[in-house]
Amino acid sequence: MQGNSIGFWILAALCIFAAVQVVANRNPVRSALALVGVMCCLSVFYFAQGAEFVGAVQLIVYAGAIMVLFLFVIMLLNLGAPNPMMDRVGLSKPVALLASAALLGSLALAGALKMAPDRVGKSPVSGTVQQIGYALFDPGRPWLFAFELTSVLLLVGVVGAVVLAQRRSD
Amino acid sequence: MGPITATHYIGLSAILFAIGAVGVGIKRNPIVIFMCIELMLNAANLALVAMGKHLGSISGQMMAIFVMAVAAAEVAIGLGIIVSIFRSRETIDIDEVNLLKL
Repeated sequence: MQGNSIGFWILAALCIFAAVQVVANRNPVRSALALVGVMCCLSVFYFAQGAEFVGAVQLIVYAGAIMVLFLFVIMLLNLGAPNPMMDRVGLSKPVALLASAALLGSLALAGALKMAPDRVGKSPVSGTVQQIGYALFDPGRPWLFAFELTSVLLLVGVVGAVVLAQRRSD
Repeated sequence: MGPITATHYIGLSAILFAIGAVGVGIKRNPIVIFMCIELMLNAANLALVAMGKHLGSISGQMMAIFVMAVAAAEVAIGLGIIVSIFRSRETIDIDEVNLLKL
């Protein structure tokens, strides 16, 4: 357990550092690579919590597919060079920092106040492909309908992306 | 340093969410804003998985999977919109692009 907790603190520090880099870096490509780092750290957290399927999907879908799409668009639009004008100027920066600090404070407060004590006797839940599949296709649970709706959503996404990205002839 | 509980994961998730919110507030490049939104979605996913484990239920992981599917569709559409705006205006500065009309 002690090694486990040391690993958590190291990974959490790495994760927060990479997340700060996503925001602070002026180069969009470096932001994207830092975001890949965040997602790899989160994947390790998922594996550590027994959510193997979510961790694997996190690596494949987020770090693999979505971030490649981001990098592809950055290269396509030629935005790879750092641009000093790409941060907002004036009042919006301190306002954003203040609002986010308030958000963090309220989230931490809610987490500290409303958190139920840890249930030690609870049977550990595992997130293997088998468990996820049984839960997903169980007619007694709400996930089956959502799963079917997701297929429609992804179809709309594919068609919409093709329509939006095609060159207009007029 | 005691054992790692769900509270630790929730705290980490809150920090990541706040960092993403800062990025959405201060950035003018819509692609970086998108990345910050992804960061916030990931933070929410971490909280969902941690609470699912905390409550001994698989529902948290199921919701995280659906969030990922929605995020994938959202990125495909959003980046398509950005490419389309860039084609018609030659800029994607978020302060210049204040109309959805082409």
